[in-house]
Amino acid sequence: MTPDIALILGIDGIATGSIYVLVGLGLVLIFSVTRVVFVPFGDIVAFSALTLASMQLGRLPGTVYLVAVLAILACGVDAIHHLRRGRPDRIARGLLGYGVLPLIPAAAAWLFAGASLPAWAQIPLTIALVVPIAPLIERIALRPIADASVLLLLIVSVALTFGLSGLGLLFFGPEGFRTKPLTSEVFRFGTVAVTSQTLLMVATAVVFSLLLFLFFEHTLLGKALRATSVNRVGARIVGIRPASTATLAFLLASLLGATSGILIGPVTTLYYDSGFIIGLKAFVGAIIGGLVSYPGTAVGAILVGILESFASFWNSALKEVVVFSVLIPVLLLRSLSLPQADEEDAEIEA
Amino acid sequence: MSARATRLAAFAVIAALAAAPFWASPFTITLLNYIGIYALVALGVVLLTGVAGLTSFGQAAFVGIGAYATAWLTTAAGASPWFGLAFAFVLTGLVATLLGAVTLRLGGHFLPLGTIAWGLSIYFLFGNMEALRGHNGIAGVPPISIGPLSLERTNAIYYLIWSVLAGATTLIANLLDSRAGRAIRSLRGGVVMVESLGISVFRIRLVTFVIAALLAGLSGWLYAHMERFVSPAPFDVRMGIQYLFMAILGGSGHILGAVVGAALLTMLTNALQDLLPHFARNGAQLEVIVFAVIYVLVLQFARGGVMPFVLRHLPRRVEPAVASAEPLQRRTMPKPGEPLLVVKSLGKRFGGLEAVSRVGFEVSAGEIVGLIGPNGAGKSTVFNLVTGALSVDAGAIFFLGHDITHAGQRRIAGAGIARTYQHVKLRTNMSLVDNVLLGTYLRTGAGFLRGALRLDRAEEARARAEALRQLERVGLGANPHEPAGNLPLGRQRILEVARALAADPALIMLDEPAAGLGRTEKGALADLMRAVRADGVTVLLVEHDMEFVMGLADRIVVMDFGSKLVEGTPATVRGDPRVQEAYLGSVA
Repeated sequence: MTPDIALILGIDGIATGSIYVLVGLGLVLIFSVTRVVFVPFGDIVAFSALTLASMQLGRLPGTVYLVAVLAILACGVDAIHHLRRGRPDRIARGLLGYGVLPLIPAAAAWLFAGASLPAWAQIPLTIALVVPIAPLIERIALRPIADASVLLLLIVSVALTFGLSGLGLLFFGPEGFRTKPLTSEVFRFGTVAVTSQTLLMVATAVVFSLLLFLFFEHTLLGKALRATSVNRVGARIVGIRPASTATLAFLLASLLGATSGILIGPVTTLYYDSGFIIGLKAFVGAIIGGLVSYPGTAVGAILVGILESFASFWNSALKEVVVFSVLIPVLLLRSLSLPQADEEDAEIEA
Repeated sequence: MSARATRLAAFAVIAALAAAPFWASPFTITLLNYIGIYALVALGVVLLTGVAGLTSFGQAAFVGIGAYATAWLTTAAGASPWFGLAFAFVLTGLVATLLGAVTLRLGGHFLPLGTIAWGLSIYFLFGNMEALRGHNGIAGVPPISIGPLSLERTNAIYYLIWSVLAGATTLIANLLDSRAGRAIRSLRGGVVMVESLGISVFRIRLVTFVIAALLAGLSGWLYAHMERFVSPAPFDVRMGIQYLFMAILGGSGHILGAVVGAALLTMLTNALQDLLPHFARNGAQLEVIVFAVIYVLVLQFARGGVMPFVLRHLPRRVEPAVASAEPLQRRTMPKPGEPLLVVKSLGKRFGGLEAVSRVGFEVSAGEIVGLIGPNGAGKSTVFNLVTGALSVDAGAIFFLGHDITHAGQRRIAGAGIARTYQHVKLRTNMSLVDNVLLGTYLRTGAGFLRGALRLDRAEEARARAEALRQLERVGLGANPHEPAGNLPLGRQRILEVARALAADPALIMLDEPAAGLGRTEKGALADLMRAVRADGVTVLLVEHDMEFVMGLADRIVVMDFGSKLVEGTPATVRGDPRVQEAYLGSVA
């Protein structure tokens, strides 16, 4: 391997790593606020790319139906919840939040389907379509057990990956898609060529990380999210509603996920179930950061990207083996460095 | 259902299964074969996840290792499938030991995430190894034969699969009802108490993990020789996730849950594959949506799975009466007056807080010593330091002349110190007698194998008799088989005393044993302590009830703000102005 090749692989790795940074930050955001290890998060990335691809082909994206199905389910779950609590007056608000709001972009997409939208409109519409998916899933399957153990929440979220991959197949079909490149310039730095796509990926990751930092440090909402992640009970006592912070966390994370989908779409052919592996690779990055640290996750995600890039040069068939195997020494180090907490909740049965 | 009806029903099920090839269609037999093969893996998941509380999404990888091991050996080297079985066991065992050694120290959600990672790794490895023919898989795997009898036909291997399953289920059931099995059952809900009984949490976890992997490897061996073809697809991590859900669906807390779950999932998949293509283009693959809905609903509303609903209609197991058994060996107690516990200048910091600072005291054999002081004085911290539950920052602790400062909980327990906890640490879903039996762990020696093969019965009877004797002794002998969680809190403390006594300690350390007890019960407890002392056991207790401790203790050590304030007989301590000030504030 020459230094030139190493440099190219490194740059390539940082570009892929940027995607994992965005997805990893979303995972940590969701986990720290809600304690949910949201395994199906990668699906949001794939669905976003597939939605954009459908629009570029002038088709009605399957996301419209997916959101519609989830919105109906969420409204149902929410209404039943309020009826059981004897508060039918709150149903209308639920219908608005879980029914009308997510269906606005869906309706827009439905109206404009076939009519070829300009590119600048396709991307925001895609993001608006995809962003409600995760919060709706949270309302349907996770909120009813929000106080269960981390382990139970994890098992439920693993069950959800099955559901989402099935729904993905139903609404997007088995074909793979690649979106049109967003930019196609090439910059030359000496002997090394860097595509504008790479720069865009890295820049987006940097900008979003910075925005997230500002949000957490300088807004009341951001501080509420941080408070919830530090101490849920305490946050509740000072008037922060866990349900709203959860929705907010899932929304913000989805924004990161949907954006990653837009960025990765032109680079890789994605299928309805490609998200599973993308999400898990981002998890490897997040676990390097201990699932709690944002900067740690960013570093871990970049490392995963670089590792993947070098591994695929060495043996492209075994790159997945390398990436997932690296988690084992990481976990070993973690288990040796962290003192073991006692009363861990190891319960499945309540 | 009466006991008789249950027996009849069980007999009918077994007879129907045994005669299945004579009444069922070949397709049904094929389904039953799959159910048996899946149930073996799910049995391991029940043991690992349901009983030991270690969640694994990666069992499919072990099935794959077993299947590939035998497929490779029997095709590439032309070996007999029986060598393939040995090879499958060795390889799964090795990989599981290695993975377990690395990941089993992890708590909470990191372990399950780790299992997804190595599950994927191993799966991708199958698909990319030339020797294993990559994604094309290995064809032409020979059938198993027993002597001249070839198990090539579906009906023939059916008997092998279900005999193996029956055998494995029996062995696991035996194991759970043994010394090692109780240790596995005690793993859920905090490890400090488990270690304080002398049980190595890591070792028990590792062996349990390897057993579950071996069951998966065995299943893979059967699978390879039934299908006669092996490719990576059935060993994907998604299948690993399915195995976990089989166990949860059936009932992860019960051995038969594995079979029930495997049967439900297999039959449901089959029905859905017939039904769904009528509704959608890619119908056959859409069963996962139905599964996801079922899983989420089960996890929300019936976390115990199907088995609890079945068990509700079965008669409760009748516990066998304990035949008289030779008592367990007792340790030789130190002579009264001999120095037993020597604590020198003990120190412990938590961040900026000096919880214990230069505390020193001695306890002689045959004494009853009280450790008192206001809330937050550091009494429980001293207990945790002496028993090894916390690491010592400064000072030294000697027990019977040996330095135990950094010995660790298990060795300290082995040296003869048993304890109870301020916040009760019991296994509330285990019976009273099983909780006390945990205390006898270090006095007994039967391991996993002896437990599974029922070679431990003589020792088990002796331990059981000892546990029942201790329950009688503390006054909890009336319902030894009820779950410990049914007791009121005060009596749970007394149950902890029985567990500590069952360890035959030289020193018993009790952390607020009288809290939550009524007046007569306190009197009984004081009498018990005197009887224990008469047996040669030394008693060190933390207690807030002054009347209780002053009336019982020979000597009292008073602590305040992490340091020792006064030491002496109850009378001197009571009269000491410094003690009065610590408790009541300055008089002046």
